[in-house]
Amino acid sequence: MTRRTGFLCLSGLVAVCLSVYVGAAADGLWLTKVPPADHERKDPYFGQADAIAAGRNVFVEHCAHCHGENAEGTKKRPSLRTERVQRQATVGDLHWLLVNGYMKKGMPSWAKLPDPQIWQVVSYLKSLHQE
Amino acid sequence: MRWKLAFLLTFLFPASDAFAQERPYFVTYSHEMEEPGNLEIEMYNAIGKPPGGNRFLGSTLEFEYGLKTWWTTEFYLDGQATVNDSTIFTGFRWENRFRPLLEEHWINPVIYAEFEDTSADKSLREVVGHDGVPDFADPNAIARQDHEREMELKLILGSNYRGFNISENFISEKNLANEPWEFGYAWAVSRPLKLAASAHRCEFCAERFQAGIEMYGGLGDRYSFGLNQTSHYIGPTMNWGATNGLTLSFSPQFGLNDYSIPRLYRFGVSYEIEDLFGHFHRGAQ
Repeated sequence: MTRRTGFLCLSGLVAVCLSVYVGAAADGLWLTKVPPADHERKDPYFGQADAIAAGRNVFVEHCAHCHGENAEGTKKRPSLRTERVQRQATVGDLHWLLVNGYMKKGMPSWAKLPDPQIWQVVSYLKSLHQE
Repeated sequence: MRWKLAFLLTFLFPASDAFAQERPYFVTYSHEMEEPGNLEIEMYNAIGKPPGGNRFLGSTLEFEYGLKTWWTTEFYLDGQATVNDSTIFTGFRWENRFRPLLEEHWINPVIYAEFEDTSADKSLREVVGHDGVPDFADPNAIARQDHEREMELKLILGSNYRGFNISENFISEKNLANEPWEFGYAWAVSRPLKLAASAHRCEFCAERFQAGIEMYGGLGDRYSFGLNQTSHYIGPTMNWGATNGLTLSFSPQFGLNDYSIPRLYRFGVSYEIEDLFGHFHRGAQ
């Protein structure tokens, strides 16, 4: 193997690793950080129409300017109607994400909201796949 | 009456759908950072009358900007007005807050660093060292000759538990002239009146009000650490956050010893602009 071929192979390997890392981050790397106990948590407001309506209000006030009025996403921030949010993530995963944020990627912690309001937002988000 | 007030506030502060959810604290910092891209404009005031002195109004105008989820920067302009004396600009401050742990824990630390250049300041945004009644005795013309260029470091600890926010600040301040380190503290607890949101949008729902208690004071300096000749204040505090990003806060506070001003009345107004630079871009389109 010549020096040039070796350099090309190494560059290719680095590029593949970087794309895997970036792809993983964009593809919900945060899901791997959720502790099992949080992953299994149940939504105390599951299916309650009032909670979904209240969650919609909280979402519009705090989340819509990044994620869009109807959670469809904006230029800067992802849609919350994706397969990952609607099917792959449990309600416990979403609650964990709202409490802790994903600060490296620009998602702030919303622990300043009372826990019932966080669950109401989760109820609203999970109701979107029925639309 | 409620509708008139709501109409007036809506007219003065255009709707942005931002509900700031600010804590009702005047001195204590919580660990919660400004959301990235958001600018919060705040005006905080303190009214007091030291024994034997003139009544004063100390004010700060603050511009708080979220640079990152873990980094908030804030610029303050200070001023004061004293009855039978004068109204003066007292200086500026610039502070930065950094959150080293990027997830929520039982206790969340934040590092605070500030530079301030003030004189004759009466805003009482913090109490350190042997700050107390004698600092308010001099007329403004004399007090403003004492220029204070200071570095301030704070360790902010905050926790959220069952709707309660508990915040503690440990303050150390160093005048860049040859003066000793001074120390102080502040702590506060607050909770929204209702934890769950209402299904209908409303301006005066219980979840938009927060109430709590705040206490702060000085702890002397490097050579005389302790409570001797230090001032301390405590009082209930409350705020209301409107749907358009406006927050109104109020707190009557009481001096706990003869070295403190007997009563302080604090009130504040803040308004949050979401995604400041996005606003400009949208305006240009």
